Amino acid sequence: MNGVERIVVVGASLAGLRAAETLRAQGYAGSLTVVGEEPHPPYDRPPLSKQVLLGRVHARDVGLPRRRAVEARWKLGVRADRVDPEERQVVLADGEHLPYDRLLIATGTRARPWPKPAQAALDGVLTLRTADDAARLTERLDAGPRRVLVIGAGFTGSEIASACRERGLEVTVAERGPVPLVGALGGALGAFAAAAQRAHGVDLRCGVTVTALRSENGRFTGADFSDGGRIDADVAVVALGAVRNTEWLEGSGLAAGPRGVACDAGCRAFTMYGIVTDDVFVAGDVARFPHPLFEYQMLSLEHWGNAVAQAEVAAHNMVSPAPRRRPHLTVPAFWSSQFGLNIKSVGVPTFSDQVVLAQGSLQEGRFVAVYGYRGRITAAVTVNRAKWLEHYQYLIETSAPFPPAPGAADRPAVPVTVPSDVPDPHLLSHGPTVALTGHLPDRHLTLVRHGRPGPPPPADEETPG
Amino acid sequence: MTPDTLLRRINDYTNRADPYPLYAELRENGVVRQDDGAYLVGTYYEIAALLHDPRVSSDQRSRKDPDPAFTQDGLTPAFIRLDDPEHDRLRRLAMRPFGPPHSPGRIDALHGDITRIAEELIDAFPDKGRIDLVDDFAYPLPITVISRLMGVPHEDVPRVRAWTNAVIAGFDPTPGQDPERRRQEARQARIAMGRYLGGLAEERRSHPTADLLSALANDDGPEGRLTPEELMSTAVLLLIAGHETTVNLITNGMLTLLRHPEALERLRADPGLMPGAVEELLRFEPPVQYLPQRSPLTDIEVAGVTVPRGAPLILVLAAGNRDPRRFEDPDRFDPLRKDNQHLGFGSGIHICYGAPLARIEAQIALNALLRRLDDARLAEDPPPYRRSPILRGPRHLPVERDATGTTG
Amino acid sequence: MQIVVDLNRCQAYAQCVFLAPDVFELHGEESLMFTPAVPDGQQERVLRAAAACPVQAILVGEPAGPAAR
Repeated sequence: MNGVERIVVVGASLAGLRAAETLRAQGYAGSLTVVGEEPHPPYDRPPLSKQVLLGRVHARDVGLPRRRAVEARWKLGVRADRVDPEERQVVLADGEHLPYDRLLIATGTRARPWPKPAQAALDGVLTLRTADDAARLTERLDAGPRRVLVIGAGFTGSEIASACRERGLEVTVAERGPVPLVGALGGALGAFAAAAQRAHGVDLRCGVTVTALRSENGRFTGADFSDGGRIDADVAVVALGAVRNTEWLEGSGLAAGPRGVACDAGCRAFTMYGIVTDDVFVAGDVARFPHPLFEYQMLSLEHWGNAVAQAEVAAHNMVSPAPRRRPHLTVPAFWSSQFGLNIKSVGVPTFSDQVVLAQGSLQEGRFVAVYGYRGRITAAVTVNRAKWLEHYQYLIETSAPFPPAPGAADRPAVPVTVPSDVPDPHLLSHGPTVALTGHLPDRHLTLVRHGRPGPPPPADEETPG
Repeated sequence: MTPDTLLRRINDYTNRADPYPLYAELRENGVVRQDDGAYLVGTYYEIAALLHDPRVSSDQRSRKDPDPAFTQDGLTPAFIRLDDPEHDRLRRLAMRPFGPPHSPGRIDALHGDITRIAEELIDAFPDKGRIDLVDDFAYPLPITVISRLMGVPHEDVPRVRAWTNAVIAGFDPTPGQDPERRRQEARQARIAMGRYLGGLAEERRSHPTADLLSALANDDGPEGRLTPEELMSTAVLLLIAGHETTVNLITNGMLTLLRHPEALERLRADPGLMPGAVEELLRFEPPVQYLPQRSPLTDIEVAGVTVPRGAPLILVLAAGNRDPRRFEDPDRFDPLRKDNQHLGFGSGIHICYGAPLARIEAQIALNALLRRLDDARLAEDPPPYRRSPILRGPRHLPVERDATGTTG
Repeated sequence: MQIVVDLNRCQAYAQCVFLAPDVFELHGEESLMFTPAVPDGQQERVLRAAAACPVQAILVGEPAGPAAR
């Protein structure tokens, strides 16, 4: 098929798995190698901060089902060290060279560590990204800590705090921004999230940073805050967002950096000069790609649904001739479950200047909020109102005017449009799960080199410590 | 004939056995204004969008000309005929004893009972000759199940049946003899049924039992409980909807299977395929053919046609289920069909409340019939249908068996 | 047997919870939680739940990864 006989997929999580399945479903019959750094077969991450922390599901039992049998060689527990685009091969940490005709980069992200390595290494200081992380954290929660400190009130941090409260554990959440979830949903909905946390007994501290993680004999014992506050706690969970796994692409000549690997709408990677490649593809959390609904801004989405959809498009395009290739145009969507609330989103809430409560009521905790940018609808968020969401997805897809036309049966008496209050990401503890990373061509393009890092992303400048 | 008479033709009893050519005509004509001012929608994507459109009301009071069959029926409107937030509050209260999040195992626990009832009904079939699968099976099964679940004593089931027939005749859109009298009888029946069920619930306030009526009367959730009026209209809805549509699902199902012997043999050999087959039956011959009671709260555009505020907006689920733009080979009955996101139970906030019970009953009923009636053939095809074009299904489904004895 | 639910598609109709209440659960009013590794004895219920999902969001399959497992 088009001279494609060897395909290497680097990354064995959701995107890598669905890409491998799609390649076979498309009739690709050549060799297929899937490389994964973790030793586990592909597993589902969203349950880690929910069912697993609540103790209902063990962290080793979150494996993904396959859609079809995939004839592939699975290289699990091995890192990819580098890629050599001229020789067209991937070099693994165990020294193996994997030649390819097509390469898919699906290396995803890892948890952003606490910036002070000595404090990060303390017994009792954890992060949550992998199944092993979740197993460790669950064990700590099972032990009944006096208090848990969660640093960062993004979705992961908020879900961890929710699980702690549900287990009856005392929890303090420290967030540098003004309210939780502000980086994903803006200030108006963030205020609602703050109220929900406090109503569930979370000691929520916004507008503060953690200045020190204290310890005794190598064990974490508590934290100091920038406002002079202090707490004693037995566990600290660092939930400062994610770091994209692109370091291994140093020297590859690809447009890879802390913001991800840039690619076109067909998932083909760009070189550092903005030239599109034809043999290297990108999918999932590590990709940044232009989206026509959002003025062709380059988006990086840490979304489950994006990993699936983009992997399918990338895999299709890897084995299709140019005229048959498809664009990745899926409307971004995500969900979160916390404090009894089912929060679902379509579009990009941070791509907005205004937000309006279109249905329901904040007081009851059941509502639809609609976001607009320069007079058109760009996103909608439902809280315990999921059945209405697809209506608003249609409005986003058709660039319907903002605010949405009135007429909903359960609209508020006086709909008030307020600024969506999307903050500068510099001000957050948690990294935004949707990053708007600039226009094409990439003005921030930098070659990653040892000892000479390019401009860091906003979240890198954050100094929680 | 012109498209603006489609609703009349769909409602015409002579088309009851096979309305599908009319539904195809409807799809081809897009959104069609009828000569009485109603708008008919029969294409899948438009129906699906309208079921999720917050500007579409289920409340008769949103209409320019409300149908007195609904607005003057003697009881306060049940949640099926209300919009959010009232609909949501009442439906959540009604869900507390029936399903998740408060009673997740309630329906699953009925498997044994439903199986026993089905087997007993089949035990009573004659070994030879004619069986009416409606009167001898598809009707008594769901009415027995819902009566037990709600807490209606067995000896009162005939009264329930009489009331139900009168209520359903009341909103029958086909012109017949004396619609005003039918409406009055329906009103009387609904009030009588409401008082009867309200009375049962009241008795259980002091003597709680394990049934739904007792739970509705006694449960005190964070939002309080149903008022006596709300309880009456909710209970009437659950009891009627809890069996009327399931009768059609089972009967349409058996009729379809007897018309497709290969599929029948396949399912008989592998009862594990029945859940998918029931979904296909819900697509292919849905028990509720159209939703008659919607209307827009503001002028809305549907497929290029403006439907004015307050106009009757009729969603023909059975036509959407056969839309070739959504389903491959839509007129083929394929119990192994993949990608079967049908509209058989509606969708959105008003999706059928009793759907999980209907699914389990139909799966158990059809598997039991296939296993034990291995020699039955249709005695009449098409069978005689019920009057209603909405709750469409055979009034009788006579089958003949000539061999001896049941198996299994 | 493993399952995963596409919770972007899920609209909390909860048919799966009715049909397989030991595997699926509504957490709060409409957050769906599920047990990815289907326990013994629950397979038939899970298949019924997957067939009934009104938005076809439940994927049931063998565990992904190397076939030897």
